Amino acid sequence: METTKNTPKYTFKDFHSGQQVRWCPGCGDIGILRAVQIAFAKMGIPKEKFVVVSGIGCSSRFPYYMATYGIHGIHGRAGALASGIKIANPELSVWQITGDGDALAIGGNHFIHEIRRNIDVNILLFNNEIYGLTKGQYSPTTPKGFKTKSSPYGTIENPFNPGELAIGSGATFFARTIFSNMNLSIEIILEAEKHKGTSVVEFLQTCVIFNKNAYNHLIKGPNKEDNYIIVRHGEPMIFGKNKDKGLILDKNSNIKVVKIGENGITEKDLLIHNATDPNPSIHYQLAALKSPVVFGVIRKVKKETYEEALYKQMEEVKKASKFNSLEELLNSGNTWSVK
Amino acid sequence: MSDNQKTIVEEREHVVIKFAGDSGDGMQFTGIRFSETSAMMGNQVSTFPDYPAEIRAPKGTIGGVSGFQIHIGSNEVITPGDEADVLVALNPAALKANLRWVKKGGTIIVDIDTFTPKNIEKAGFQQNPLQNGLSREYQIIEAPITTLTKEAVKDLKVDHSTAIQSRNMFALGIVYWLFHRDLKYTENFFEKKFKNKPILIEVNKRVLNVGYNYAMNIQLSRTYIVKPTKLEPGKYRHINGNTATAWGLIAAAEKAGLQLFLGSYPITPASEILQEMEARRDLDVIAFQAEDEIAGIVSTIGAAFTGKLAATSTSGPGLALKSEALNLAVMLELPIVVIDVQRGGPSTGLPTKPEQSDLLQALWGRNGESPIVVIAASTPTDCFDFAFISAKIALEHMTPVVLLTDGYLANGSKPWKIPDLNKLPQIKPPILKAGELEKYYPYERIPGTYIRKWAIAGTRGYEHVIGGLEKEAITGHVSYDPENHERMVLERENKIKEIQKEIPPLEVFGEQEGELLIIGWGSSFGHIHTAVQELRQEGYKIGHAHFYYINPLPPNTEQVLSKFKKSLVIEMNRGQFFRYLRTEFPQFQYYKYNKVQGIHFTVSEIKNAIKKNLEG
Repeated sequence: METTKNTPKYTFKDFHSGQQVRWCPGCGDIGILRAVQIAFAKMGIPKEKFVVVSGIGCSSRFPYYMATYGIHGIHGRAGALASGIKIANPELSVWQITGDGDALAIGGNHFIHEIRRNIDVNILLFNNEIYGLTKGQYSPTTPKGFKTKSSPYGTIENPFNPGELAIGSGATFFARTIFSNMNLSIEIILEAEKHKGTSVVEFLQTCVIFNKNAYNHLIKGPNKEDNYIIVRHGEPMIFGKNKDKGLILDKNSNIKVVKIGENGITEKDLLIHNATDPNPSIHYQLAALKSPVVFGVIRKVKKETYEEALYKQMEEVKKASKFNSLEELLNSGNTWSVK
Repeated sequence: MSDNQKTIVEEREHVVIKFAGDSGDGMQFTGIRFSETSAMMGNQVSTFPDYPAEIRAPKGTIGGVSGFQIHIGSNEVITPGDEADVLVALNPAALKANLRWVKKGGTIIVDIDTFTPKNIEKAGFQQNPLQNGLSREYQIIEAPITTLTKEAVKDLKVDHSTAIQSRNMFALGIVYWLFHRDLKYTENFFEKKFKNKPILIEVNKRVLNVGYNYAMNIQLSRTYIVKPTKLEPGKYRHINGNTATAWGLIAAAEKAGLQLFLGSYPITPASEILQEMEARRDLDVIAFQAEDEIAGIVSTIGAAFTGKLAATSTSGPGLALKSEALNLAVMLELPIVVIDVQRGGPSTGLPTKPEQSDLLQALWGRNGESPIVVIAASTPTDCFDFAFISAKIALEHMTPVVLLTDGYLANGSKPWKIPDLNKLPQIKPPILKAGELEKYYPYERIPGTYIRKWAIAGTRGYEHVIGGLEKEAITGHVSYDPENHERMVLERENKIKEIQKEIPPLEVFGEQEGELLIIGWGSSFGHIHTAVQELRQEGYKIGHAHFYYINPLPPNTEQVLSKFKKSLVIEMNRGQFFRYLRTEFPQFQYYKYNKVQGIHFTVSEIKNAIKKNLEG
């Protein structure tokens, strides 16, 4: 990324496109848009180097509200668009805005392959566990049994957990945040930008019309802090309103919630978060944990990106090649002259 | 054959040879060697491989037969030929599969060692065809190819399979003697090809010579001479349609000063385009093998947004998968080239067999009003020219272009006069430089052409968002306004119509007016042209118009059609171009002649159809 001294100093307002935001009042997307604009302003990247792409869905209207380059694509294909852009020009900072339906249902194939290739794209996955734009059908992340317009008797499907899917696909970066926590969201967006490789950021995001209670336990009530944990690399996994709960590994290597002070557990017994551990097993468990829900950068490991490998190989091939131009290629092999 | 029989040397203007064997027998390799030698000795050549969809169907069965047909001539050769004068059949199945395509009185060379009762039965013969009166209708050469090949390399101590695999060279040696070919071109090829494996040079050269000497010793009753042609001076090479297509795009990228990006998913018969592009990392080509057809085209659109010459290659089923994304490119008005190497359909259809049945899909197979440019190549070598032109139109007019080729062109090869790249036209895409405009409106159009300017992602000052939703004219903002939608539909339509001004006029071969105009497009060119030529020599007054530009049509199309009482549209489908012309110019009278067998017309079929039409 080009982060020269000439990069203008931005504020979040510089990333407003001026288009009227058409999400429903109270929609979780609005807070995420602000977090992204604030984070972009802090990155030191010239505005013209950002490309924001999306598929179809409520969240996919996102690029229209950004004063950057962008494409509002077709349903499910944001990953393929982002891949093409990043591979064709690695100088660009590519952001893929997608939802639970766009990324995990119709776009599931692109999602896993993009991650597998480790293309340096930042995927912001807005998960509201419902189809909003088509007015309330269940999505691949809707909890089993949940009643929606297309599951009037409750869904009979097992949901995906985006973190499990991402880590299972070989993700080098997975983080989770929630639309209501602006500071954490900004911090994670900045981390995602710094990571070389596919960064998957799951935003828990409330659809105020069709699934307004999905995350109430995480954002409302006096005990909400007992329901989530924010993990940070190198720090113990401690949480709760009274900071009296934590996570440990039991003798079967399963993550277990414990209370500090009970059964002789002290803070020293808690797991220290190692986001850079190449072994994904703990990351996988953290991503899958339902209570508490884990926020923060869960996984962040170094690995060569697709485009690094591609351009390296292209340079090597060029050095070793017999042909330096198309003309030489055309005249190679078996040729003959007619006089 | 008696010992004192004299060999007759027959001079021929045209000869067709077919090599056939199991799909592991190296028939394509053998055929290419013959065709190269013939081209280097000055003949005109056209070839067509015929191979099964299965990689290795059961050995010795009809399903596993692989063939390679070569047509050589001392004057113009534009088809691989209808029937073979010489068939090389390396097993009974190859004989069974190809016998109906051998001219009566022609020569059949068989490896007699393979005609065991078991193989004969596997091929589906009731009894040994060689003992069944075949020699009354054909000159049969029953050569113990396997035995003599093994014998020839015995002292070289190569393994069994290497020895057996070289028996195709024995067969080639016989054919070289039969046609008075010089062995040196093929020997030179071995020297280069197996530079690092000298033993293979020795094996192949030796078996080739042994086969040649064998043919000389058995005193064949007839051999052929095909004299060299006068070719345009220059440097030549062989090229097939898929390679020519890939190179045409590389040439276009060079002339546009852009990097080439190809996003594709492997599909028969288009995969070689992807493979060639992957190999061309040495020429700075970015080739991306995507996870599916959709990602292939969508990544291509992404690359176009960053200012690449962006292309994707596919075949019919893949084009179907790409339709939604192709429409996105129509809406975004970004330049992309889609190569559709057509094959028999519907569904998976006939993956390795050609058909011209994607025409209507290319023209109209999308939701909404979705005009795009459709162009069709007609020979393996003009795939280069039309790939170049497709890219030029896409880049200069900011539109997707579909280039139709087919399996026949993709795999068929011809000698090609290597073009002087300096003589190709420059390509000038409407790319905006930073600072050129104070404010950029993505859908502001260049007056008179409807072309929008291309602001490449990363260029300072032109940040903008485009998308699949209908856009307000000029600004590109989302708009659901009724009048605006109609305006944009018409602007997209007019942009394509304007391209007609740059398209060369339709040329008519033969009669310029009269009773009957023969119309074709795509790969049937050679067969139609030959048929029309022959009929004209027989006194028929007809013309032939071949279409390369399908949408828009050449500017004088209506004028040409008006000069004839009727037209006969010949195509390998059920009449798709026929329908299209009838829709565009309903005032004229059209007839159609169609074939959907996954194989091309023969010249005689077309001649008969034309005669019938004139009589009717």
